[in-house]
Amino acid sequence: MTSPEELLAGLYADGWSRIVAVMVRLTRDMDLAEECAQEAFAKALVSWPASGVPDQPLAWLTTAARNHGLDRLRRARTEAAKLREVALSDSSPPDFPADGDIPDERLELMFTCCHPSLNLDAQVALTLRSLAGMSTAEIARAFLVPEKTMGQRLFRAKQKVAHAGIPFRVPPAHLLPERLPAVLHVLYLLFTQGYGDPAHARLSLEAIRLARVLCALMPDEPEALGLLALMLLHEARRAARFDDAGDLVTLEEQDRARWDAARTAEGAALVERALRRGRAGAFQIQAAIAAVHASANDPARTDWAQIVGLYDHLARLAPSPVVDLNRAAALGMAHGPEAALPLLDALDEPLRDYYLLHATRADLLRRAGRPDAAAGSYEAALALAPTEAERRFLRGRLCASTPRR
Amino acid sequence: MKYLMLVCYDPADRPAPDDAAPDVEEWVREMDAKGIRITGNRTRPASDATTVRVRDRQVLLTDGPYAETREQMAGFDILECADLDEAVEVASRHPMAWAGMIEIRPFWPDDES
Repeated sequence: MTSPEELLAGLYADGWSRIVAVMVRLTRDMDLAEECAQEAFAKALVSWPASGVPDQPLAWLTTAARNHGLDRLRRARTEAAKLREVALSDSSPPDFPADGDIPDERLELMFTCCHPSLNLDAQVALTLRSLAGMSTAEIARAFLVPEKTMGQRLFRAKQKVAHAGIPFRVPPAHLLPERLPAVLHVLYLLFTQGYGDPAHARLSLEAIRLARVLCALMPDEPEALGLLALMLLHEARRAARFDDAGDLVTLEEQDRARWDAARTAEGAALVERALRRGRAGAFQIQAAIAAVHASANDPARTDWAQIVGLYDHLARLAPSPVVDLNRAAALGMAHGPEAALPLLDALDEPLRDYYLLHATRADLLRRAGRPDAAAGSYEAALALAPTEAERRFLRGRLCASTPRR
Repeated sequence: MKYLMLVCYDPADRPAPDDAAPDVEEWVREMDAKGIRITGNRTRPASDATTVRVRDRQVLLTDGPYAETREQMAGFDILECADLDEAVEVASRHPMAWAGMIEIRPFWPDDES
């Protein structure tokens, strides 16, 4: 039997954001909404073990949160608080509310947290706090900033949401094309932040969880499906990305048996479903590239020509020097390193300080049988690599390519 | 919600004129008719401004604006909008959002002084 504590922990993952969403709509105050959700869970932690788990746990928690909100607003004296109090008491649930009656307003909350009038740091922090239910300390650790800094960032962001009149709603159709990318961008940023560092894997899992919520609530948005697919396909490789010593393993050298087959299959199916809608976007194409990699059991059997074609498509949809770099690397696999090397010259200017430009060139030179030139590029990459794991990897390559004298 | 719309420009950084830019008279007519624009006006340049301070009970005047910035205020409007999205839409349709920039600032509500 699950204990009330275990049940509550399980409810927290989704329940937190659903309660915060309901309370933000009712109170227009994110800080108060979080306090109410916190209070509701704290109350349940005391009450459930003593008097049993209620039949409708989510409704119970929502009611507890609402009562706390009413209590707080009654004690505040301002006109605005009185108005919000009326809104709260008007929303009184029936005597025995059912979990199914609690509205799911997380989509509204996502668009509020990712409103473009907030800067990106604030959007990310708000999303983690109110949708993922992470504490300020946890968010601060994940983004390597002092807790106090993160606390101030969250405080300012919540104040702005309350004071600037940022609406709590899913934007109307004519605004969606400019608003949805912001939500997707924040989720992807959460994912990559958790992907680069095994200690922050939770961020990636939260990003996937929130993308699932987004896809369930907006099933007709192919880019949302594409993002979820992309994250699943990458997450599937997590166990194979680092060896036992904590060193980075390249895609080519990963043990593909260690890829998570369920995530790969789900990601591949999702990207197909998304592309069938005929509105390809950058996340869908990147997911399609990841799916092509995933379909090869042996890296030597990777369909590089198809990957080059997908990068061509991506370069048209979302042109950037980084896309050109990846395209050149794929082309090097499809047609040999000599075909790809000249393409990198055009990227020297925009990507001069990007270690992967130098690492890619080094790899192509190594495969072209030019170890001296390769060593020079490995050294350039080494000087620019951002993490220790990447530096260890490059040092290994540098040693292997330095000609023995 | 009430917002102050500060209409500004940067004399050193003026974008090329755009044929599609809206007309200010039309903007004023439309926003007045919709009850969105409560009032507004153009202001004279910073060189005509006077800044007033009282220190040690003495009135001190400075010739010019309170803050020396490259950006200049050209005028202001006071808007009544449902939310920030509406205020952003209204501001983005003002010609000076195309030729300069517009800052939108919410008013402090009357009861929370």
